Amino acid sequence: MTLPGPASGRARLTVDPIACDGRGICAELLPGLITLDDWGFPIIHGDVPPALRDEAAEAARLCPKLALRLTAGRSVPGESVPGEAPARPAAGRRRRRWSRS
Amino acid sequence: MSPAERGTAAPARRGVAETADGGAAGAARLLATGSRGQATSLAEHLARHGPLPACAGADPWELIGEVERAGLTGRGGAAFPTAAKLRAVRNAAAGRAPLVIANGTEGEPASGKDRALLASAPHLVLDGAVYAAGLIGAHEAVVIAHRDVAGAVTAAAAERRNAARGRRPGADHVRVRVMEAAPGFVAGEASAVVNWVERGDARPTGRSPRSGGTGPASRPGAPGRRAGRARRPVLVQNVETLAHLALIARHGAGWFRSAGTPAEPGSMLITVTGAVRRPGVYEIGIGAPVSELIDRAGGACAPLTAFLVGGYFGTWVDAAQAAARPFSAAGLAGLGASPGAGLIAALPGNLCGLAETARLARYLAAESAGQCGPCVFGLDAIAGQLGRAATGPSAELGTVRRWLGQVTGRGACRHPDGAARMIGSALDVFAAETAGHARGWCQATSTARLLPVPGRVRS
Repeated sequence: MTLPGPASGRARLTVDPIACDGRGICAELLPGLITLDDWGFPIIHGDVPPALRDEAAEAARLCPKLALRLTAGRSVPGESVPGEAPARPAAGRRRRRWSRS
Repeated sequence: MSPAERGTAAPARRGVAETADGGAAGAARLLATGSRGQATSLAEHLARHGPLPACAGADPWELIGEVERAGLTGRGGAAFPTAAKLRAVRNAAAGRAPLVIANGTEGEPASGKDRALLASAPHLVLDGAVYAAGLIGAHEAVVIAHRDVAGAVTAAAAERRNAARGRRPGADHVRVRVMEAAPGFVAGEASAVVNWVERGDARPTGRSPRSGGTGPASRPGAPGRRAGRARRPVLVQNVETLAHLALIARHGAGWFRSAGTPAEPGSMLITVTGAVRRPGVYEIGIGAPVSELIDRAGGACAPLTAFLVGGYFGTWVDAAQAAARPFSAAGLAGLGASPGAGLIAALPGNLCGLAETARLARYLAAESAGQCGPCVFGLDAIAGQLGRAATGPSAELGTVRRWLGQVTGRGACRHPDGAARMIGSALDVFAAETAGHARGWCQATSTARLLPVPGRVRS
């Protein structure tokens, strides 16, 4: 994936909610941009400011589930982004990861 | 009551569809076919509606333009403009033949309209699927039918194949396959339906069916989950939408617009349930007043306090405020509600709306596909607090409000959003009841359960 240059507009972070399992590393790396909900899953607050572009790319790279992704463009409030789910490392069917208690 | 009985609860009004009465309440276009309780045969269907006009030879963009002029929108709950979806899939096809999926999953437990339609007029739905295939250049259509009606739809599809063999009227130029729907509430979500057809897994994927997705499998030459196979764009339409499309193909946009309102034309199938004398499926012109729907269903059998409008992802509204409102997106918007999947459930005054909502919340939490953390943990936590609120004074409903905000927009599909919407509306409409519970009393005089929740669900 190529990141937009500094002059080509804004970047945003998206989370693939299926891949994410709430490790919380992203919120530690980007405390101003990502907070965790009551169950430890990331909530993203707005677009990535240019000053945080490198940190955001690093957070996406370090996500152990590859669930965090940095893309060009502005986030649209209330609009899901179908088809923007990041590629998963391995092929094959996803398994259920959560047990209900 | 079985779904077949629900279907026949609609008055059989012969000949109405052709006269296009244009009135608010009497627009019987879809369910008026067939004899009571039985699926319309291919011969009956052709005698009534005539043959489906062929797409071949016509400009598909022009035919899609007619659908746009008709103003048809999806009847599965989202009311998305059908012409826009047809265009998007046709544009995305780019050499790959797309697929049509007629969605008759009807995972909404209280809804019976898709089953009623498939049980009484399966050929109208099959016509619509075939016509949609022609519009977007698909060679294959899959009809997903709820388990209760899969047999009737399979028989109807076989009739058409036999007609093709005997070179009789009613044959299709598109391969039509019937598949039984997966059980479960989320199985009817568009990406889950595609996942069910393509991979036998009825969980949402979060990928847009229209574009074929932008994952690695859709990049030319890239290895996909099924090696080398590009995902094809898929048109997912609710079965009722396709039945309307089949009639627009025959009678045109002007005819379609002769029912409903200028902004929301056409008729709509509505499941009326709860405290009414004749619960069932009724066809109305969009915009008929809510009170008229209740009258069509025989009237209320008790004083009503609230309606659940749209389905389990819908909105609770105060009965007195809603009665005079038109059943349309515009008419219900002032109450924060929308027609959704065409459901209205009447809550009588002797039942506790908070207890009903707690039961629905527990059901929806259990029906999470279990893939996304905020949905799995959030809905479970919300249902837990609502259960406490329904049975005692110790719930933290302020926390529930905060959680409703936290789960909205946080899943791969809209399951958490829909559940949060319904629960949030209950906290508003049943505010007095909720305050009473906090002080340890409940105004309900009965513990009967109104809305169905399938499966083993704790209440």
